[in-house]
Amino acid sequence: MATTAGDSTSERFTTALDELDVGWRTTTAEALSETLTAFPEPIVGAPLPFEGISLPNAITRADDPESVKAAASGVTAGTLGIADYGSVLIESTPPEAELVSLYADTHVAVVRESDIVDSMTAALESLGPRLREGRGNAIVATGPSATADMGALVEGVHGPGDVHVVIVE
Amino acid sequence: MSKQSKRAKAAQIRETMAAEGEAVQENTKGFNQGRYDSVADLEDYQGLKDEARQIKEAAIEQLPELIEQLTETVEENGGTVYLAEDEADANEYIQSLVESGETVVKSKSMTSEEIEVNEHLESAGAEVVETDLGEWVLQLAEEEPSHIVAPAIHKSRASIAELFRERFDPDRPLETPEDLTAFASEQLASKFDDADVGMTGANFLTADSGTMMLVTSEGNARKTVAATDTHVAVAGVEKIVPSVEDLQPFVELIGRSGTGQDITSYISLLTPPVDTATFGDETIEGAEDREFHLVLIDNGRMEMREDEQLRETLYCIRCSACANTCANFQQVGGHEFGGETYTGGIAGGWETGVHGLDSSEEFVDLCTGCSRCVEACPVGIDIPWINTVVRDRINRGADDHAYDFLVDGLTPDAESGGMSYQKRFFGNFVTVAKLGSLFAPVSNWLADFGPNRWIAEKLLGVDQRRDMPTFQRETLKEWAGDRDGPTDPDREVLMLADTYTNYMHVERGKAAVRTLEALGVSVEVADVTESGRAALSQGMVETATKHGEAVAEELLPHIEAGRDIVMVEPSDLAMLRDDYGQLLDEKTYEQLSENSYEILEYVYGLLENGASADALADGDGEEIAYHGHCQQRTLGLAAHTEAVLEELGYDLITSDVECCGMAGSFGFKQQYYDVSMAVGEDLREQFSTPEAEGRTIVASGTSCHDQLTDLMKQDVPHPIELVAPLERA
Ligand code: SF4
Repeated sequence: MATTAGDSTSERFTTALDELDVGWRTTTAEALSETLTAFPEPIVGAPLPFEGISLPNAITRADDPESVKAAASGVTAGTLGIADYGSVLIESTPPEAELVSLYADTHVAVVRESDIVDSMTAALESLGPRLREGRGNAIVATGPSATADMGALVEGVHGPGDVHVVIVE
Repeated sequence: MSKQSKRAKAAQIRETMAAEGEAVQENTKGFNQGRYDSVADLEDYQGLKDEARQIKEAAIEQLPELIEQLTETVEENGGTVYLAEDEADANEYIQSLVESGETVVKSKSMTSEEIEVNEHLESAGAEVVETDLGEWVLQLAEEEPSHIVAPAIHKSRASIAELFRERFDPDRPLETPEDLTAFASEQLASKFDDADVGMTGANFLTADSGTMMLVTSEGNARKTVAATDTHVAVAGVEKIVPSVEDLQPFVELIGRSGTGQDITSYISLLTPPVDTATFGDETIEGAEDREFHLVLIDNGRMEMREDEQLRETLYCIRCSACANTCANFQQVGGHEFGGETYTGGIAGGWETGVHGLDSSEEFVDLCTGCSRCVEACPVGIDIPWINTVVRDRINRGADDHAYDFLVDGLTPDAESGGMSYQKRFFGNFVTVAKLGSLFAPVSNWLADFGPNRWIAEKLLGVDQRRDMPTFQRETLKEWAGDRDGPTDPDREVLMLADTYTNYMHVERGKAAVRTLEALGVSVEVADVTESGRAALSQGMVETATKHGEAVAEELLPHIEAGRDIVMVEPSDLAMLRDDYGQLLDEKTYEQLSENSYEILEYVYGLLENGASADALADGDGEEIAYHGHCQQRTLGLAAHTEAVLEELGYDLITSDVECCGMAGSFGFKQQYYDVSMAVGEDLREQFSTPEAEGRTIVASGTSCHDQLTDLMKQDVPHPIELVAPLERA
C-alpha cells in the first residue's frame, strides 16, 4: 500500500494492483470487446450496469449453471475501485454477477476510471446510502481467493485463482 | 490449578509443545511480524484504533436499542431475527430450520463453535460440513480449533497429508500445499452442490441497513450463501454497530491486526435475504424466495455488559492479534492457552463470560501480564487486567486450606479463602525478601540447601532448576541513608526501590543513585518497596490495592514538595503509570502516574535539559546487546535507554522478541518452567548470532535479568550499571 504523493487516484489504484499481482489494462468503451475477448476461453459475463457501456455481444451471457462452472474467465462489473487497497466492488445487480465472479477460474472486473475512489472511507461513504436504501449486497474483493491452511499460501480456493481488472477510460 | 497437580500440568504442556509447538510458532510469529509490517504502512494507525474503540464503546453502551433497531430492519428486509438466551435456546431454534437428512454447509464461525451447533444438528440427523479448509481439516481430524482466526494453525502440512491419506486414500500422492488445497476444494465442491442450508457467522452487523460483514480469504462464505436457499447467520449480540460507515476502521484494521494482510481477499457486505442469483437445475435463477434467519446469541453477553470489569471484552473484534503477539501463546498454542471455545489472551474474558470461571481456570495463568497485547489490540482492550480480575475471582472461589498455617505467617495478605500457596508465596514476596535480607547470608544457604529446594517445589511449586535470588545483608535503603548527596542539587528525587532492587539486586539501585547524583540530583530512597505488582500478577487485587495505597501515602507528600519519583524496575513503574488507574482513585492515580519515571527515561530527560554526559561512564565503543522489558516497551520507554547508551558511546544492538519468558514469577513455577525456557530460547538465539556473540548483555527488568543469566551463563547487569560513574573513593 505504498502511496506516493502527487500520484493520481487511478495511478495509485494500478500500483496497488501491481503489488497484489493482479493483472490490469486500460481500454476504451469502443475497444472493450477486443480487450475482453483476449482472456482465456470459454468466457461468460454478467451484464454491466453502466450507462453507455454494455457487455459486448462477443461475450456469452451467463444464464445456465454449467457454462458458469466451466468458464475459464468470468466478466463482471467492478462498480468501484479503491486506490488504497487495489480492491474492486462486486455488487448484486445484476443478480448473476456474484456467481460469475465466484465460479470462473479467472475473474475479470470492468471498472470505469471515474469510479475509482481514494480510500476505504470514500468507498463506504458511497456504499452506506446505497445499502440503506437499496439493501443490496457488495463484495469488496482484493486479489484472488487464498488460503494458508495447508501450510503455505495457495491461491484459488472456493473462488477465482486469478483476477484481472480492465479499466475503461 | 486445583484440579490437576502442577507436575501433571507441566507434563501436559510439554506434550502439547512437542506435538504442536513448531507449527504454532511458525504461523503466529509470521502473523505477528505481518501485523508490524502492515500497520507501519498506515498513515494514522493510532487514529484508526481510537475510532474503532469509540465505535465499540458507544455500540455496547446502546446495545439494547441497537438490537431492537437491527431486528426491525432485518424483518423489514424479509428476514427473521431470533434472540437466543443461551446455547440450548439457540440450538433448538436452529434445529427447527433444518430437517433431518439435509446438508448444512458452514463457513467459519467461532460463535457457532461456542454453542456447539454441529454436534447438535448431527444428533438430529443432519449432515454438517465445514467449508473453511482449516475447519474442514479439524472436522475430519475431530480436533478443536487452536486459534480464533486460523483454527488449524497447530497442524503441519505433513500431518494434514497423512490425515487425507487415512480418510480418503486418494489415487494421487498429495504432498505440496497446492495438492492438498486442490484436493480439499474438490471434495467440498460437491457438498456445495448438495447443500440445503448455509450457515455463516458475522463479523459485524449494521443496525441501519441490516447488513452483515464477513471477513474471509477463501470464497467459501460467499459460496455458502450463494449455493443455498436458506441462510442462517449466528452472531453474538456484541457484533452490532450503528451504521455501514462505522465499518470503515474495522475493515482497515481487522486483517492487518490478525494475519498481517492489509485486507483479506473478500469483505462481504450482505443484506440478507440476498437477492443474488443461484444455480437452478437448468438456468441461473433469481432467488426471490430465499429465507434468512439471524440468530443473535446472548449466552452471558448481556451480563458481561453489566459487569464493569468484563464489559471491555465485548469490544473484541476477534482479530487474534493478542494471541499472535503473545510469547507464551507462540509456544503452546490455543489447545493449552484457551478454554472451551476461545483462545489467546482475551479468552480469559470470553470464557469467563460465556462458559464460566472453570473454563478460564485451566489456562488463565499463561497470561503473565507482559502487556504486549495491549498495544497490538485494535480496540485497545486491557487484556492483562481482565485476566487479573479473572484470577482474582478464581482465587476467591478457591477452597484449599490444608497448609494455611504454614504459609499464613509468610503471607500477610488481604485475600480471603484458600488460594494456592504458590500464588500467596509469590504474591507476598516482599515479606519473604525482608526476612531473607535480615537473615542473609544464612537465608541464602538455606534457600539453596537441597531439602529446602525440594520443599519449595512440593509446597510452592518453585521449579528446582531455577536459581533462587540472593538476598543482600545491606539493603539499598540502608546504604543510601549514609550518603551525602550533592550540596546544591538541581532537582530532588525520591527513589521507589522495588523489592528486588532493595533487597537483592542492590547494585543496580546503587548505580542509579550514583548516576543521579553525578547529574546534580539529590536522592532519597523511599521506605516502601512493594508497588503491588507481585500480588497483582497472582490476581490478588485487594492486596495489590493495599500496597498501592501505602505507596500513595508515602509518595504524595514528596510529589507535593516538588520531588520526582524515579524507579528502576519497569514492571513496578507500569503499576504507577498504568495499573493504579484500576486500583486507586483517579486523582491519586494521575498524580503518581504523571510524576514517576523510569531511571533511564529520567536520565535521558536530564541530558536533554542540559546536564552533561561527561559526568557519566564512557562507553568507549564497548559492544553491548540490550534486551528491553516487555512492559517498558508497551509504555514506549525502551528508546530512552537505547538513546542514553548510544550517547555515552556504547556500540549497541537490541533484541526484538516480545518477552523474555520469565515474566515475574511465571518462569519459577514448576508447571510453566518449560514454556518459560522455550520462550527464552528465541532470545538466546538472537544473542548467540555471530554479531551478538561475546557482547556484554544488559537488561532492564529483574525477570529478564534472571532469565538471561540462566540462558546465557553470564552476568547480566542493568543498563544503569553501564551508565553510572565509578564511585568516588
Ligand atoms: S482482544 Fe483485541 S487483539 Fe485480542 S482478538 Fe480481541 S480485538 Fe483482537
